[in-house]
Amino acid sequence: MADKNNLIVYCEYEDGKVADVSLELLTKGRQLADQLGIKLEAVVAGDNLKDIEKQIFPYGVDTVYKFEDKRLYPYTSLPHSSILINLFKEIEPRIAFMGATSIGRDLGPRVSSALHSGLTADCTSLEIGDYKDVKTGTEYKDLLYQIRPAFGGNIVATIVNPECRPQMATVREGVMKKEEKDPDYKGEVKNLEVDKYTNPEDFVVEIINRNVEKSKVNLKGSPIIVAGGYGVGSKENFELLEQLADTLGAEVGASRAAVDAGWIDHDRQIGQTGVTVRPKLYIACGISGQIQHIAGMQDSALIISINSDPDAPINKIADYVITGKIEDVVPKLIKYYKKNSK
Amino acid sequence: MSLNIIVLAKQVPDTRNVGKDAMKADGTVNRAALPAIFNPEDLNALEQALRLKEKHPGSKVTVLTMGPARAAEIIREGMFRGADGGIVLSDRAFAGSDTLATSYALNAAIRKIGDFDVIIGGRQAIDGDTAQVGPQVAEKLGIPQITYAEEILDVNGKDITVKRRIESGVETVKGKLPLVVTVNGSAPECRPRNAKAVQKYKYAAVPSEVANDEKKQEFIESRPYLKIGEWSAADVDADLNQCGLSGSPTKVKSIENVVFTAKEARNIENTDEELENLIIDLIANHTIG
Repeated sequence: MADKNNLIVYCEYEDGKVADVSLELLTKGRQLADQLGIKLEAVVAGDNLKDIEKQIFPYGVDTVYKFEDKRLYPYTSLPHSSILINLFKEIEPRIAFMGATSIGRDLGPRVSSALHSGLTADCTSLEIGDYKDVKTGTEYKDLLYQIRPAFGGNIVATIVNPECRPQMATVREGVMKKEEKDPDYKGEVKNLEVDKYTNPEDFVVEIINRNVEKSKVNLKGSPIIVAGGYGVGSKENFELLEQLADTLGAEVGASRAAVDAGWIDHDRQIGQTGVTVRPKLYIACGISGQIQHIAGMQDSALIISINSDPDAPINKIADYVITGKIEDVVPKLIKYYKKNSK
Repeated sequence: MSLNIIVLAKQVPDTRNVGKDAMKADGTVNRAALPAIFNPEDLNALEQALRLKEKHPGSKVTVLTMGPARAAEIIREGMFRGADGGIVLSDRAFAGSDTLATSYALNAAIRKIGDFDVIIGGRQAIDGDTAQVGPQVAEKLGIPQITYAEEILDVNGKDITVKRRIESGVETVKGKLPLVVTVNGSAPECRPRNAKAVQKYKYAAVPSEVANDEKKQEFIESRPYLKIGEWSAADVDADLNQCGLSGSPTKVKSIENVVFTAKEARNIENTDEELENLIIDLIANHTIG
């Protein structure tokens, strides 16, 4: 396996389907690989993989590394880490991506620690660019810019790994766009022997029970979202948002501050550390607009901001700004919708 | 069976609600104006540790943190809630550490502590949200990890059973001690301070906090339970090449303050007439309805 220095994506897999976040990363990966003139590769580890490569190749993947073993599903940290660590030692990827999921965020750090390579979590943008180390004066060409909000979303940092490989990043689902390159694109499949890449001790953690629930919340798919922030003020006021959402056929979302305040479940959090959404209408209620939240909703087609603070940062990206109290404005919107809709 | 439990904790600026008073005139965050708090998920982790201690009498809970001497505040806070003591890992050599260099230093301190059965930390800290330090510490120590834990259900001999909360639902996993567990914010909240413990530990300090006060030094010297450890890089035999900036593969290329490109926002007056007209417009262009 002499093919080195490429871009590789760790693909997650459940119920016979490659996860959306992995396909989104393949899409981004293809674009960056083209820019760098390198190959795009994918690695998938699990059980019952069948012809999973058929789902992967259309994204422009040149090589799929397959590890199939019934002990690899469901995911546990150690065997999957060992597979990536040993595979990466062999193929020396230049860049490696994984989803910022409970799997990727468990696996990525362990792999990066073993390889002493840098890892940036929850990136919102990935680009290629140059870097000059101001201390040593060394110049680096074509590094991966790992761009993410930090410090509670008050700043955006661009991180680079000048010396260590692979340059690793995780990205949340929905942040990158998913787009096939060519339905007939064909790459190569490499079936690798699991025992050569893992140790028997890796299987020490076992899953004794798994209770998979289908999420009841469908923020990503909802065309209208009514979202509340700290300015909503109370759990009672959040019920007003729920009423508005019911009236409009919308889903309720929230900023992190509202989730932290305990007014709403964390699976409704929108933003860098929550879900990224692109609805046709986003009604932001009492949301001040920290970048960590904006990162998750700025591509909404139409944004209405309802806030008692006329200078709330979110107003700058809003299409309509209503200055007023939630408990005052929201009931009126419900009333006039009911009056004017058929 | 008694357990030696290490809780990994971090003192963080409270980034959750950055108010206007914490913003400088140029729009950047004035970090000094933010209160320093016990990282929330590390408190969830402490609670799991204290519950284990209750189930396994004779167990010992040690809080380990890396930071300036001031971080002894969270060790005391931990002791007020039931921890037995703690250590602040503090050295200029650790400045500028990324997650990997942080994990290296914590791993060195844990090796120095030596005797441990389980290491429990929060899933992630609110100032970085990376969730990387727990798994990286586990890797550096060469032990397994269980992340996204909501509850440690049982420890029996070398077996530990943990409930995990992940996107797709709940998993119950069984592992072998020693290992690292990282705890989600969805886990039970930490118990409040215990009045007796506050009385007992309120003068607990690291040496550099009392460096200019001989009376306090003597007081602490005569009561060893008030002594919070303060370890340097040399104390934990850390390889300086793996610490701080030089031990960090990731470099910050640039930091930008967040500036929004303003759209042409239309102001809607909060009057019945304007709000009704907005709704009518949105229905007419099929945005809603």
